Amino acid sequence: MNNIQKNRWKDQVFKFWGIFCTVIGLVLLTIFIGDILIDGIRRIDWDFITDLPSRKAENSGIYTALMGSIWILALTTIIAFPVGVAAGIYLEEYAKNNKLAGLLEINISNLAGVPSIIYGLLGLEVFVRIMNLGASVLAGSLTLSLLILPIVIVSTREAIKAVPQSIKDASFALGASKWQTIWHQILPASGGGILTGVILALSRAVGETAPLIVVGALAYVPFVPQSPMDEFSVMPIQIFNWISRPQAGFIENAAAAIIILLGITFIMNGIAVYFRNKWQKKWK
Amino acid sequence: MRKIKELIIEKTLMTSALITIAVTLGIILVLSIEAIQFFSEVSIFDFLTDTQWTPLFTEKHFGILPLLSGTLLTSFIAISVALPIGLTISIYLSEYAPKAFRKAVKPLLELLASIPTVVYGFFALVVVTPFLQGFFPDLAGFNSLSAGIVMGIMIIPYISSISEDALHAVPASLREASYGMGATKLQTAFKVIVPAASSGIIVSIILAISRAIGETMIVAIAAGQQPRLTLDPTVPVETITAYIVQVSLGDVQHGSLEYRTIFAAGITLFTFTFLLNTLSYRIRKKYQEKYE
Repeated sequence: MNNIQKNRWKDQVFKFWGIFCTVIGLVLLTIFIGDILIDGIRRIDWDFITDLPSRKAENSGIYTALMGSIWILALTTIIAFPVGVAAGIYLEEYAKNNKLAGLLEINISNLAGVPSIIYGLLGLEVFVRIMNLGASVLAGSLTLSLLILPIVIVSTREAIKAVPQSIKDASFALGASKWQTIWHQILPASGGGILTGVILALSRAVGETAPLIVVGALAYVPFVPQSPMDEFSVMPIQIFNWISRPQAGFIENAAAAIIILLGITFIMNGIAVYFRNKWQKKWK
Repeated sequence: MRKIKELIIEKTLMTSALITIAVTLGIILVLSIEAIQFFSEVSIFDFLTDTQWTPLFTEKHFGILPLLSGTLLTSFIAISVALPIGLTISIYLSEYAPKAFRKAVKPLLELLASIPTVVYGFFALVVVTPFLQGFFPDLAGFNSLSAGIVMGIMIIPYISSISEDALHAVPASLREASYGMGATKLQTAFKVIVPAASSGIIVSIILAISRAIGETMIVAIAAGQQPRLTLDPTVPVETITAYIVQVSLGDVQHGSLEYRTIFAAGITLFTFTFLLNTLSYRIRKKYQEKYE
């Protein structure tokens, strides 16, 4: 009897420990965002968004870094989206069960685990030096594209995998070729899932700091990039730069810039979740 | 005509897929070539045994051990935080929590993983270090303790999410058999479900370790830039990744020995994460079909 009670008691204790652990994660998330809001929200106004960086904390703004991030985002999308989706289609629809497919799969899984700073070293040597692109927006975007490629490929595969076989069979039965089936049936049917993956990958790219520092993105840029060959800074690097300064004013700036960066990240995640939910309903 | 078009399309798609192989080869080549040039000037014996890392000073030492100890120390602290909490969350969500709670909490936890790491670095330096200094007045402004703890918070979702998937995939019949024998949920969880899902849980832990070793911004911001061979979590250290950032921010000549040190450091980092990732892939492949 005693033993049973003891076991039930242990069970209850663990249950509360489980609730505690789960909640602590969320509480930390709240404290964390709350603290940054308190530190930074008063600093955010229109001037903060449109001002150039400056030596004085109270005159500094995020304009060049924000524009740099938008440039990086746009170019990374243009490069990584077609390549990643094409590779995903190949792996899921063409390369089934041969040796190459096995190699590609283990390779992509490994790439997904390579630390982002290593991609920075690759970009520094290949894009900045060998291809002679310099510390340009293009070199940064190419580096980040390689970084998010595994994520885009994996989510494309998952989205395509979820399309029912019956749709493909019906298309083939009507005499469509493989590519016609992919282009007219599979891609429209899996579009939501692919989009979800791409947006999540891009939200990762927006927050990346280390590889861009290695590639040579600047902490202080007094101008907005006009072409893909211009030098640039991005939001996370601007934040890092402000954090590393001792004056309190810059910490406030950093908190304010973090609010804007988190805003962008959360909105992108929100859009991704929206697409995922909308698309999941379709097949269930 | 149609056949040719189909063939061209297939080859184009294949080229895209082959880019990923080129990326891996590129990483290995770039790191190896620069590292080989580095080791033609610095003996590999010194690199592995010297206890000082001072390539940017006039008196140069090239011992990787201080950077490695900094990396392993911060990672160890992070895993000590993330493993118990992450595993408990996964067991709670999979075995105890009501379905609606689980559905609501999972995306929120995954939000933790989507926060840019520079933001975690800010949190470690500006919030956690001053907070901990209230308890340990000797704690330096830059230290591996805060960096490690915050990094642990960051990787909780990696452990909880993958482990929870593994626990969830264990067939209900095993659970029912255990309950039928009169076991409590706790007994069932630890004596039946966790052992049955162990491969998935191990994979999640390996991935989390790999993630912690490669993490850059949190340690670059909050752990300091002083390579030091120590296990003391209260003093500034430098990790491999933080060193690469430090050099990249400075003005180092291409092709110089200082420039090559970041590739020598990089190949050390890559070797560690590569081994861990390959190991986790093997385990995942080996046990994947167990319950399908």
